[in-house]
Amino acid sequence: MPQSQGTLGVVELRIPSKAEWVAVARLAVAAVANRLNFSIEDIEDVKLAVAEACTNCIQHAEGSDQIQITCETGPEGLTVRVRDFGRGMRPESIQSSRTDEQHIGGLGVFLIRSLMDSVEYDVNPERGTNLVMTKKVAH
Amino acid sequence: MDIKVDVRESKGDTYVVDLNGEIDVYTSPKVKDAIGELIDKGHYNLVINLEKVRYIDSTGLGVLIGGLKRVREHGGTVNLVCTNPQIKKIFDITGLVKIFGIYDDENAAMQALV
Repeated sequence: MPQSQGTLGVVELRIPSKAEWVAVARLAVAAVANRLNFSIEDIEDVKLAVAEACTNCIQHAEGSDQIQITCETGPEGLTVRVRDFGRGMRPESIQSSRTDEQHIGGLGVFLIRSLMDSVEYDVNPERGTNLVMTKKVAH
Repeated sequence: MDIKVDVRESKGDTYVVDLNGEIDVYTSPKVKDAIGELIDKGHYNLVINLEKVRYIDSTGLGVLIGGLKRVREHGGTVNLVCTNPQIKKIFDITGLVKIFGIYDDENAAMQALV
C-alpha cells in the first residue's frame, strides 16, 4: 500500500561486504521504493544504482567488512545512502564517465549518475566512502 | 539469486550461450567462465541469449565486453539477443549498443554472424 506522501520513513540495512549479499540490498531498496509512487522503470533504476554502489564498496573499499544502506522516503522521492567503512575509493574512479572498452570499472559509477537524479560522494580515508543518491518521484 | 548458463552448438562453428536469471557481481563469474571456456576451445563466433535475463549490472556488462574483446582478437564476434526493455536501456545508456550487435531473436543474431 503506498504510504502517505507527507510521511518521512527511514529504513536502514547493514550487509556484509560480500558479493552474495548485494541482491539482498537491491531487493530491500526496491521494496522501499515500491511504497512510493515510482514507476516500475524507476524502481529498476534505483535497484541497479544501489547494487552498483554496493559493488563499488566491495571492490574498492579496502578494510571494510560491512556496507550500510539507509533509505529515506519523503514527498519528493527516495534518498539512499550507501556507506562503507574502508579507506575510500580512488577519486578517479568516482569521477569517471567513460564507457569505452578500456574502462569497464567506470561503468558502475557512470550508471549510478545516469539513473539517479542526484549523486554525491563523500570520500574520507579514515571514515570510508558515503554515497548519497536521490530519485525524485514524478508528479 | 542465481544464473543458469547453458551452452549449445549451433550452425557452423557458432555457439549459443543461454542465460537465465540475474547477472551481478556474485553470478557474473559463472558467465565469464562459460564464455572463457568456449573461447579457450577456439570458438570465436558466439550468440549470447539474454532473453531470460531479468537483471544485469556493470560486472555483467564487463564480462560481455571482455568476451567480445577476446573473440575480436581472433576475427570473431559476439551478438546478443535481448528483448527486455530494462536490459536494453542499460545497453543504450552505456553506449554498448554501438559495440554489440543486439537482436530481437536468435535467428537474426545468428544470421548477422555469417
